[in-house]
Amino acid sequence: MKRNAILVNALLIIGATVTLFPLLWMISASFMTSGESITWPPHVIPHHPTLAQYRDLFTRLKVGRAFFSSTFIAVVTTLFSLLFNSMAGYAFAKLRFRGRERMFGLLLTALVIPAQVGMLPLFLLMKTLHLVNTYWGVIIPSLTTVLGIFLVRQFMLSVPQELLEAARIDGAGEWRIYWSVVMPLARPILATLAIFTFMTTWNDFMWPLIVLSSDAKYTLPVLIASLSGEHAIDVELMMAGSVVTVLPVLLLFLCLQRYYIAGLMAGSVKG
Amino acid sequence: MSTEGRAAAFFLTPALVVLIVFFFVPVIAGFALSVTDFDLYSIGDLHNLRFVAFHNYAEVLKNRVFWTAFFNTLYFSVVGGPLTVAASLAGALLVNARAAKWKPIFRTIYFAPVVTTLVAVAMVFRFLYHPRFGVINLILDRMGLPVVDWLGDPRFAMPAIVIFAVWKNFGYNVIIFIAGLQNIPEELYEAARIDGAGEWRQFRHVTLPMLGPTFLFVGTVTAIGYLQLFAEPYVMTRGGPVNKTLSAVMLMYQQGFKWWRMGYAAAIAFLLFLVIGAATMLQMRLQERRR
Repeated sequence: MKRNAILVNALLIIGATVTLFPLLWMISASFMTSGESITWPPHVIPHHPTLAQYRDLFTRLKVGRAFFSSTFIAVVTTLFSLLFNSMAGYAFAKLRFRGRERMFGLLLTALVIPAQVGMLPLFLLMKTLHLVNTYWGVIIPSLTTVLGIFLVRQFMLSVPQELLEAARIDGAGEWRIYWSVVMPLARPILATLAIFTFMTTWNDFMWPLIVLSSDAKYTLPVLIASLSGEHAIDVELMMAGSVVTVLPVLLLFLCLQRYYIAGLMAGSVKG
Repeated sequence: MSTEGRAAAFFLTPALVVLIVFFFVPVIAGFALSVTDFDLYSIGDLHNLRFVAFHNYAEVLKNRVFWTAFFNTLYFSVVGGPLTVAASLAGALLVNARAAKWKPIFRTIYFAPVVTTLVAVAMVFRFLYHPRFGVINLILDRMGLPVVDWLGDPRFAMPAIVIFAVWKNFGYNVIIFIAGLQNIPEELYEAARIDGAGEWRQFRHVTLPMLGPTFLFVGTVTAIGYLQLFAEPYVMTRGGPVNKTLSAVMLMYQQGFKWWRMGYAAAIAFLLFLVIGAATMLQMRLQERRR
């Protein structure tokens, strides 16, 4: 039994080391002087820790602008999708209307359609609307997600109908009932949805790559991918760029993982 | 219309407008696009657009590069999917083991790669895989093993991307497997112990059969997700060497957004959709059987 415990914990630690190593290496290399990480033999601890790469990142490469683009797009998308998804989720869960179940079933089919199928026409649509190379071109298609509506609906199904009826008898309008009665109760699922949306939007790559054409508008992932094509960029500088990109979402996850895991479980048992 | 009906219309409108205009219509339009010769000239002037029926599909299926991309994608999905799930199961069994300490910490660590930005960590791995200065080759060298040009050698480029994908994604399913493990009634293990079953036989005859349905579900979902491979090769290899890591979505992106052969690219997108649809149907069939 004792030997078993040592084996299990040793394997856990090996697994954790392998998992964390790339992230630790990224952080460590970002504090090295240019060229240091590609000397033989490789070393993990910087000889002379420096912030030079980060300074370069924000002065020479204008990463600050990409950081702003990423933040703006992720925050605006999150706020609007909270509103739109919760409104629709509320209607599907709590309001009676003709064709409700059929409409909801139809929406769920979207979950099996890969986004890439619509991307070509979506780009042409954005071009017609003059939204190519704008933040809104990135934001608008993700303002509503079927998964978001689904999560909110499942949660709101458990809100007792009597509560709504009581509010109606008291003369509350439909918007009041949604905003002041149901929304406060739905806070846990809204937190989950907010983290999910923020992280997905922040990490998203393909659609921003397609829509954004000038580097003044690039999000962090698109900027990093475009820099990776240039050979003149130092490893250490790229690692600093990766840290700036990864750290916000990683910290957000560490602070709010309870909500994140809850949403993951709710989404994965949809079958 | 009733008051509730009118309220519902109001609450549904923003979401439905976005979904219909920016998702469902483009998907349907994608099919329409795939039966036209939409290209650079059509973008300039729509009068150049012609209906070509299934000509694009025929062209795509005749193209050797498409088949290369198709089989690369299939390889990534069929090899990477099960490997990821196996790593997930191993992680979940360890974290869930009675002897394990600091369970929440290990769970969080294993999950961390999942939330990281794919493009950024792909850059990290590009340097870890560096043939001369990469840490991975250093370790191989120290262990007396031959070093490998991971992303430059046609034989190793796709395996290198698979390893990266396993690292990035295995933590996701760890969470789901832990939940599955905790749903197995303790009495089953007690009964097995009374029958004299050791750790291995308990795993073999209780854990695996009880976890089977979750295993199948998670495995197919992961493999289907892997069919949409794009950012990893885009950042790490640009599809090379000699197209060995070119994926179906990447080919669609190149044809559609680099060469503006949108009709042709739409045909690629729909062929991929067919494959994903078939895989999803298979998965639903398997899931129904378990009920």
